[in-house]
Amino acid sequence: MLLESKENLTIDKEEFKPLIVAFCCNWCSYAGADLAGTSRLNYPANIRIIKVPCSCRVNPNFVLRAFQNGADGVVIAGCHPGDCHYSTGNYFARRRLTLFTSLLNYIGIESERLKVDWISAAEANKFATVMNDVLEKVHKLGPNRKLRDVRWKR
Amino acid sequence: MARIGVFVCWCGSNIAATVDVKEVAKEAAKMSGVVLSTDYQYMCSEIGQNLLRNAIKKEKLDRVVVAACSPRMHEVTFRKAAELAGLNPYLVEIANIREHCSWVHKNKDEATEKAIALVRAAVAKVTLNQELIPGEIGIEKRALVIGGGIAGIQTALDIADAGYMVDVIEKTPSIGGKMAQIDKTFPTLDCSACILTPKMVDASMHPNINLHTYSEVEKVSGYVGNFEVTINKKARSVIIEKCSGCGVCIEKCPSRKTKSEFEEGLVNRKAIYTPFPQAVPNVPVIDREACIKFKTGKCGICKKVCTAEAIDFEQEDTKIIQKYGAIVVSTGYDLIDLAKFGEYAYGEDPDVITSLEFERITNAAGPTAGKLLRPSNNEKPEKVVFIQCVGSRDKTCRGKTYCSKICCMYTAKHAMLIKEKYPDIEVHVFYIDVRTPGKNFDEFQRRAVEEYGVNYIKGMVGKVFPDGDKLRVYGVDALSGDTIEIDADLVVLAAATKAKEDAEELGRKLSISTDTNNFFTEAHPKLRPVETHSAGIYLAGACQGPKDIPETVAQASAAASKAIILLSKSKLINNPCVAKVDETICCGCLECTNICPYEAIASTIIEYRDHGKMIKKLVSEVNEALCQGCGGCTVTCRPGAIDLKGFSNKQILAEVDALCF
Ligand code: FES
Repeated sequence: MLLESKENLTIDKEEFKPLIVAFCCNWCSYAGADLAGTSRLNYPANIRIIKVPCSCRVNPNFVLRAFQNGADGVVIAGCHPGDCHYSTGNYFARRRLTLFTSLLNYIGIESERLKVDWISAAEANKFATVMNDVLEKVHKLGPNRKLRDVRWKR
Repeated sequence: MARIGVFVCWCGSNIAATVDVKEVAKEAAKMSGVVLSTDYQYMCSEIGQNLLRNAIKKEKLDRVVVAACSPRMHEVTFRKAAELAGLNPYLVEIANIREHCSWVHKNKDEATEKAIALVRAAVAKVTLNQELIPGEIGIEKRALVIGGGIAGIQTALDIADAGYMVDVIEKTPSIGGKMAQIDKTFPTLDCSACILTPKMVDASMHPNINLHTYSEVEKVSGYVGNFEVTINKKARSVIIEKCSGCGVCIEKCPSRKTKSEFEEGLVNRKAIYTPFPQAVPNVPVIDREACIKFKTGKCGICKKVCTAEAIDFEQEDTKIIQKYGAIVVSTGYDLIDLAKFGEYAYGEDPDVITSLEFERITNAAGPTAGKLLRPSNNEKPEKVVFIQCVGSRDKTCRGKTYCSKICCMYTAKHAMLIKEKYPDIEVHVFYIDVRTPGKNFDEFQRRAVEEYGVNYIKGMVGKVFPDGDKLRVYGVDALSGDTIEIDADLVVLAAATKAKEDAEELGRKLSISTDTNNFFTEAHPKLRPVETHSAGIYLAGACQGPKDIPETVAQASAAASKAIILLSKSKLINNPCVAKVDETICCGCLECTNICPYEAIASTIIEYRDHGKMIKKLVSEVNEALCQGCGGCTVTCRPGAIDLKGFSNKQILAEVDALCF
């Protein structure tokens, strides 16, 4: 039994295709992602973006829900500190998410699975790099099983 | 049950080459609530939009998903099309399968799978969309221009000519800005003052323009169309209405120890002064820090000699609160502080000067009446060395990484002005590159070399070494590799331009952002160069980045026209995606009011009946006109009583679920 499950895991790892959900603020990071497209940069297809008005709109609940539903990593991207379209939104996001990252650690989810970064509308390259980085990290960590809903199947 | 229509766009081959659009449409048809799913080559074309409109009518669609390019591109287009077909525009969602999918992925299977997931998320979201009706707000038909240099003057004149009232705030005692200090302008060499001062007078005489000199912005609140600005008018100690501008007070003032800001510190000014003779308004101010009367209580000579009785020592700062529909920021630039550039001996030897000081020295109205004299001994120099890019294009922390843009041209101008007046003076210019893009710019610079024989040396200067009454300039000729030593009499440094010291602070007051160099950021570097991310606030001139005069004037007129477009509207439409409080859940902790950057949330007391008793309860209330829809409050709210329309918790969770499907 033990052996079997171990085997399963290794097989899993080989064809492991992580799923990453990215929350991007409308004014900077979403635009940065657009620019990545316009500049025909490349990042893996398992990154999926959700548009939010500002990074401060991201409720930690959304992140938990993504993990629960089978996401292996979550990215939250906003404007650079000081550049938030709503002037202070990303400061709040930063504080909340720092706290939230500790919570993730506490409940046993590797904090590398959550990436909070600042990507401006002009930083298409950074967007692609951040996405590739996260993917690589998550790939090393393997699938996220901790919070995954038992009913969930991909 | 919703009746959702999905339209998948090919965008020619932009999408269709990497995404199997037919497959996407087929899969979308299976999604819950979708009653129609189709694809078309160019959804944004007229035929595509017609397709959408007809389908809405024929299939009685109550929600629409367009899978196409970025919503930043065509969301408005499709929402308008839907509106024409009688659908509330906020029932349309875009799945971004071009920028976020077909353009960034190469594998067709993977891209198709992702496109389907993106459509699924959009369908899940749109199912929960609700009709939103934007509110309307009136517009205050008055503009504010911050900064009274050439950019501000031009903007104000244009807006005023269009028939709107304009207030100009200028920090210094006179409008005019940097251009007033300049002697001649490149590449035509016409006199700066001769083209600027008439405009300054026009601005002061214009019936629609109100000048607030010696004033600053203290506070800005409100939003596009309805800004409320508190202006602090500093105490001038001279009553503007009474002063005749005769200048006797200045003449008689015994305090003469303060360096003149306008003359770049080359000479001193009095404690009561006008920055320059053509100042507008031509009314002096008392510099209270330098004034003997304010320091010791004894003196008051100016008051005694003023026949107009305009001097008022008791005058206090006054606050003006005014409403504006539009704001143009035109605060200009400064030169960097050269303290960190010790190798050039600036500040150590008076004969090392900045280019702006040079402007004053060659200016006929300047301290030397236009004669080129060394500040140290008032003698004519024989050799002048110009050093370009002092702090510009400098990757070290002491300089600026950008090109200051104007230095190549003004250095050529300076060199030419010297040669014109004194052909016998030797002029050397050290440069990294000569950059002269602009109409007649390159011709101008070449003339300096070819006709006037200015010696251009490609290379850097390592050290300027004061030696007796000479300045030894050690440099390298980068082309030959030779070291060069010049014993100069005057060294002129083309110091880098920089954003105003208080730009960031002003930006914070206005809620507009500054870039890493503290220049204000435009809304889009190419397509919206004079707008900011805050609606109703525009940029003109060098506060947005280094600029020469023609560019500044062009941008000023552009900013003015943007402001005029705004002011000429009778009503503005609000963004309906604003926060909303569920009063039954709200616990009245008012945590949300603390984090709102727009002060859009206030508290109110509601009354309701519970078990036959009237109960009073404190809850928060969102002012929809002020709310900009960032959604920060929704996360702060502990009971979860606030939600954001258009990006509700349910909608985003539905998207998350759909993407993880
Ligand atoms: S708008 Fe981008 S972080 Fe606030």
